[in-house]
Amino acid sequence: MVKIALIGAGKMGLSHLSILGAHPDVQIVGVCDTSKIIVDVLERYSGFKCYSDYLKMVEEAKPDAVFVSVPTKYHYTMVKELLKRNINVFTEKPFCLNPNESGELVLLAKKAGVVNQVGYHNKFVGTFKEVKRLVASSAIGEITHFQGEAYGPVVIKKKSETWRSDPSEGGGCLMDYASHVIDLINDIISPIESCKSSILKSIYSKNVDDSVYALVGTSSGATGIISVNWSDETYRKMSTSVTIIGTEGKIVSDANELKVYFKGDVLPKGYSKGWNVKYVTDLTEEVDFYLRGEEYSAQIDYFIKSVKRENKNNVNTFDSAWKTDTSISLIKNQSRI
Amino acid sequence: MERIIFGDNQFFAVNHISDEKSRAQSIKFKDDSAIIKTLDVAIAAGINTFMCTTHDRIANICEIIRKDPVKYQDFKIYPCMPYAHKYANAVTEMGIAGTLKQYVPGNFLGSILKGGVAYISKDYISIMELMIDAEMKMFKGINTPVIFIQNVMTDLLLGLGMDEFLIGFANYVRQKYNAEPGFITMNLPKLLDVLEKGGISNPIICASINKANFRMSGGKELYEKVLSEGRCRVIAMQVLGGGAIPASEALEYVSNLPNVESILFGASSKQNIENTVDTIRFYDQQRKEEVIMQ
Ligand SMILES: NC(=O)c1ccc[n+]([C@@H]2O[C@H](COP(=O)([O-])OP(=O)(O)OC[C@H]3O[C@@H](n4cnc5c(N)ncnc54)[C@H](O)[C@@H]3O)[C@@H](O)[C@H]2O)c1
Repeated sequence: MVKIALIGAGKMGLSHLSILGAHPDVQIVGVCDTSKIIVDVLERYSGFKCYSDYLKMVEEAKPDAVFVSVPTKYHYTMVKELLKRNINVFTEKPFCLNPNESGELVLLAKKAGVVNQVGYHNKFVGTFKEVKRLVASSAIGEITHFQGEAYGPVVIKKKSETWRSDPSEGGGCLMDYASHVIDLINDIISPIESCKSSILKSIYSKNVDDSVYALVGTSSGATGIISVNWSDETYRKMSTSVTIIGTEGKIVSDANELKVYFKGDVLPKGYSKGWNVKYVTDLTEEVDFYLRGEEYSAQIDYFIKSVKRENKNNVNTFDSAWKTDTSISLIKNQSRI
Repeated sequence: MERIIFGDNQFFAVNHISDEKSRAQSIKFKDDSAIIKTLDVAIAAGINTFMCTTHDRIANICEIIRKDPVKYQDFKIYPCMPYAHKYANAVTEMGIAGTLKQYVPGNFLGSILKGGVAYISKDYISIMELMIDAEMKMFKGINTPVIFIQNVMTDLLLGLGMDEFLIGFANYVRQKYNAEPGFITMNLPKLLDVLEKGGISNPIICASINKANFRMSGGKELYEKVLSEGRCRVIAMQVLGGGAIPASEALEYVSNLPNVESILFGASSKQNIENTVDTIRFYDQQRKEEVIMQ
């Protein structure tokens, strides 16, 4: 049994807790939240041992690993304290508020030799995994250009303030929403390491950006456009997609559907010349417990297996999330010019 | 329950395969009249049960149905609650306490928020009951013989080990609405064990069941085993399994499974609705004939 504790049982944390609760190899040894209602309900109906102070929890419950799903501004301090105690960590995305903090944690995690993972769940989505595989095998030749997009209805009117509307807490579309797309591009193509121009626009929010448009370049020499808007109510929920143009073909993929066009006759197995369409249902492995998308269960299962040293722990590492934080900060800085 | 039940995903742009199709659907069903027209096609094809989310727009549909009691006299709705997006968005906007304040009717909650949690610590089940009442308001005067809890909620509670809410839901729906409780889930075997332990025998469970092994947590073989034991009344959903298998083959598979009482499907065109109904009836008939021959 892997002993797990969780800090921050909000929207994301409850989802993690439920999947963890159903995992056959996991024992939940503690949950920490500063909200009384949450703690009260969890203690009473789930029987979890609850805390309001995470350090006390770690001390008493002695977890093998901790899930950190508090608002982003707390990630750095909490993860650092956990690493100091040699505890394996799964933290939510984005990793930290700036790349200096995340860079420091990468080193600390390496020193501690602990398993580390960040919650960019798109990497566990069947279609995106296949896109990565196709790009890595040069199936569409050399990548020349890409477009990474995400749209959804998070802020669709002027409304009351939460941590998501405070830039110093990790709020805003770039940090909260665009980070998913940036991370995906960094992983599939190569890290975004230059930004030629960017626009961070507020639409309904007072203090943060609601949309992000950027022209970027990757370390492999590809160029691309990032276009993200969380104030688009024509989408029922977040929709993330990538379009990748190569010398030998083109890929258009979202989390449901993968379309690939091949120009030539050299083809990966299972594909033919011209357009090919695959659905996530054909590309997804079943999970043991399903809550809200196979990827959420799969990323947790991957982490647990890493803690048990049953896999390599090389997906969504702190290192990759640090690169994403670096790309985010490039886009942010460029927008100020 | 009827053999074939009509679902509502197509009306609300829920398409598990394609964002493009989702958009086409939201355009097609922009007006309530388009939803009603499709429901009428389903009724003409012999389906009299509509299983739907407690989406705001369903309130309008209910209004239309109430106004025409003759036409809809045999029509039944199976409400599925909660409409999760509504609450998820509210929590993002107002936090948990703010959401409760907004959606739990009456002064009851004002006192918790003022008096602190300890004041009502025994009574989260009653809060759930108030929320069920709020969700059920739109169905007043409509026949709702089975009331469902949505899979996101069922499975969240299941994973959290909050069985009391699942059992509380069942008890309340029976007692207050004189209806059978139903549970939608992506984890049928696990849920059934929990419900049985909680004293609910032979529950109505709606789950993803298909030849493609899609969203059948624990695997198809385990599902087939549980089905063969006849411990629950099953509605099969997502029977096409995301489109990986030809429709006819997919329907043949579920039609012939033991102890699947009903099949839930949704479609927007007359042709697809009629084809699906005909195909299920065909396999049902074929099986009956085989039984007689033996
Ligand atoms: N991977 C994804 O798609 C995804 C989706 C949503 C959120 N997230 C990330 O998850 C994190 C949390 O987001 P959320 O939407 O769940 O927020 P939330 O506000 O719903 O939940 C945060 C929880 O943390 C608790 N909390 C705050 N400070 C605390 C402290 N000092 N100690 C203990 N608990 C504390 C709050 O009471 C609350 O319950 C963020 O980093 C966010 O970016 C990721």
